[in-house]
Amino acid sequence: MSDITLTIDNVRVTVPQGTTVLEAARKAHIHIPTLCFLKDLNEIGACRVCVVDAGGRTLQPSCVLEAADNMVVKTNTAKVREARRVLVELILSNHDKRCLSCVRSRNCELQKLSLELGIAEENEFAGLRNEYQVDDLSPSIVRDNNKCILCRRCVSACQNQQAVGVIGPVNRGFATSVESAWKLPLAATACIACGQCIAACPVGALREKEERPLVWQLLNNPDKHVVVQTAPAVRAALGEEFGLPMGTNVTGKLVAALRRLGFDRVFDTDFGADLTIMEESGELIQRMQTGGVLPMITSCSPGWVSFCETYYPEFIPNLSTCKSPHEMTGAMVKSYYAKAKRIKPERIAVVSVMPCTAKKYEADRPELSNGAYADVDAVITTRELARMIKEAGIDFCSLPDEAFDDMMGESTGAATIFGATGGVMEAALRTAYETLTGEELAKLDFEAVRGVAGVKEASIDIGGTTVNVAVASGTANAAKLLDRVKAGEKSYHFIEIMGCPGGCVNGGGQPIVPAPLRMEMDPRVERAKALYSADANAPLRKSHQNPEVLKAYRDFLGEKGGHRAHTLLHTSYQARPKYKTVQG
Amino acid sequence: MCDCQNAYAELDAIILRHKDEPGGLMPVMQEAQNAYGALTMDIQQRIADGMGTTLSEVYGVATFYAQFALEKKGKHVISVCMGTACYVKGAQAVLDKLAEYLEIPVGSTTSDGQFTLQATRCLGACGLAPVMTVNDEVFGRVTPDQVAGILDKFQD
Repeated sequence: MSDITLTIDNVRVTVPQGTTVLEAARKAHIHIPTLCFLKDLNEIGACRVCVVDAGGRTLQPSCVLEAADNMVVKTNTAKVREARRVLVELILSNHDKRCLSCVRSRNCELQKLSLELGIAEENEFAGLRNEYQVDDLSPSIVRDNNKCILCRRCVSACQNQQAVGVIGPVNRGFATSVESAWKLPLAATACIACGQCIAACPVGALREKEERPLVWQLLNNPDKHVVVQTAPAVRAALGEEFGLPMGTNVTGKLVAALRRLGFDRVFDTDFGADLTIMEESGELIQRMQTGGVLPMITSCSPGWVSFCETYYPEFIPNLSTCKSPHEMTGAMVKSYYAKAKRIKPERIAVVSVMPCTAKKYEADRPELSNGAYADVDAVITTRELARMIKEAGIDFCSLPDEAFDDMMGESTGAATIFGATGGVMEAALRTAYETLTGEELAKLDFEAVRGVAGVKEASIDIGGTTVNVAVASGTANAAKLLDRVKAGEKSYHFIEIMGCPGGCVNGGGQPIVPAPLRMEMDPRVERAKALYSADANAPLRKSHQNPEVLKAYRDFLGEKGGHRAHTLLHTSYQARPKYKTVQG
Repeated sequence: MCDCQNAYAELDAIILRHKDEPGGLMPVMQEAQNAYGALTMDIQQRIADGMGTTLSEVYGVATFYAQFALEKKGKHVISVCMGTACYVKGAQAVLDKLAEYLEIPVGSTTSDGQFTLQATRCLGACGLAPVMTVNDEVFGRVTPDQVAGILDKFQD
């Protein structure tokens, strides 16, 4: 494709043909404000905040205006500035403007834009405003349309990126709102709770259903022994909430902060991840050797599990019966740990810090419990933990590095990379290879399953047997892969699927990356780097080397995949209806 | 309109006709409404599945265009003229009284399926303002206190 040259604000810029004026301007270090634009996801020119003067009859939105040879663009005329200001003032006229209590305050694209455009009066167009009831019936996601600016970023995330599509614009004109069909609450739809809508929202119209109050309550209750665990992806992103660069690994400070918040034990979900690999690789080998259902598909991601149960129920027999790592850890805390420390399980509360909103829903699943005790009692997102640390007045960046507590604090590099797409596959292959061949794996890095491509494939030779594997992240990519498997075009032994694009590092509960920053940095890449480098530097890099996991099998669980392991660490699934409400 | 074996036989035929056309959703919705009277939730779900799209998409289109109805009209359709002359002569008070009497918001149908209440544009009978119609019968110079008496004639 040939290059074209245009002039933007008197600067000559050469870009490849097909580039938008918005991108071309960035290349010339000219920042055009945006609001509905989200790179690769929502490029629809709806909000018109990015308008420029390209010499036409009217101003044009630069996010959808293709740069042309010899084009002359002005991004900063009085007319352009006035148009943008009025657009934002009009958006504000139908917004609740309750910034003081908004979880997105200081990380809100509308708030930032208002300041940058010099909005002097937020009630310039005071008048009729739509008022909506807040939908907080879902265990994972809260929708507050009083803050919605109708940019459709969430709609695009739900529909295009996740192939779920349970929200969309309803009605028209001033009455337009983004809702589920028939204005049903999200809980009454086939929402998979992945939270990618939250990650896409520029304002506070979407947020997680907070369990922060419950966690404070547990911490304040002297009768409760409160155990916390944190997922691998949390350590790769939490620092962003405290101004650290994207991709900073803050494991040590994270542990120190949790201890200062008052948790009685600080465990690592990585322990559960290593345990998952022990059980899951065993399950894979068994399925392969006994003619079981293949391909086996991972079950760590509750967003994906929900998607499978709802949209691809025919693949339920393919799902690994392994519980997800935090559920395994929870089950072990209330049995193995409780027994060893002589604490009654009913006194123990397990809190999971997760990069995920679907984990909140997952923890409520009745099958994820052991008798009377739920494996996990509360789930908070990475963002909620950051809020708790701020509430407690902890100076996060000055904390010393501390280590996880014994019994479930040890982990391997294999567990750490669970947080990135392809990580579970790689971890499972390391263990499956050595279990099957009895030989030491020469090269631990399976490069073919790394990276942010939506679907990845590889064929691996394990002791003379070729094992075909595939990895998909983001449920729209998963759907594409499963359609190919269904059509018989592809045949695999083992598939890893993560509900969110890029895996857990880009989960719906992670720190929100504003759209302008996403044009420069890919959180999927930066955060994954932190995990792969932790793996590369780990003294132990294979799950079956985790000494605490081996001890747990020796002292408590017995055989891998044995009776006790099965009771505590495995689960079941059920087909779920796409439409929960049927009106005759 | 349908064989009793499958209440959706006609809908399925409509979907089949337009399934592979670009922009086939709108004609399917129009024809479905003509055949079934309204785009109820079950009909929209079947259209979404049949056309390979989401219920959100179908519902979004159904609520964007005024021509689509989400619920079946009642046995008797009451229309109150909100044209300028009728409005000036007090049509709003008549409409409010009807809504209060029937205990439904404007634009909806009573739970027993008897009455649908709607506001319309000018009916062209400005000399009789304010005007309301029930089915094809026109009532002129209506006052709020006449509402109950008019409706009584239509109640089963």
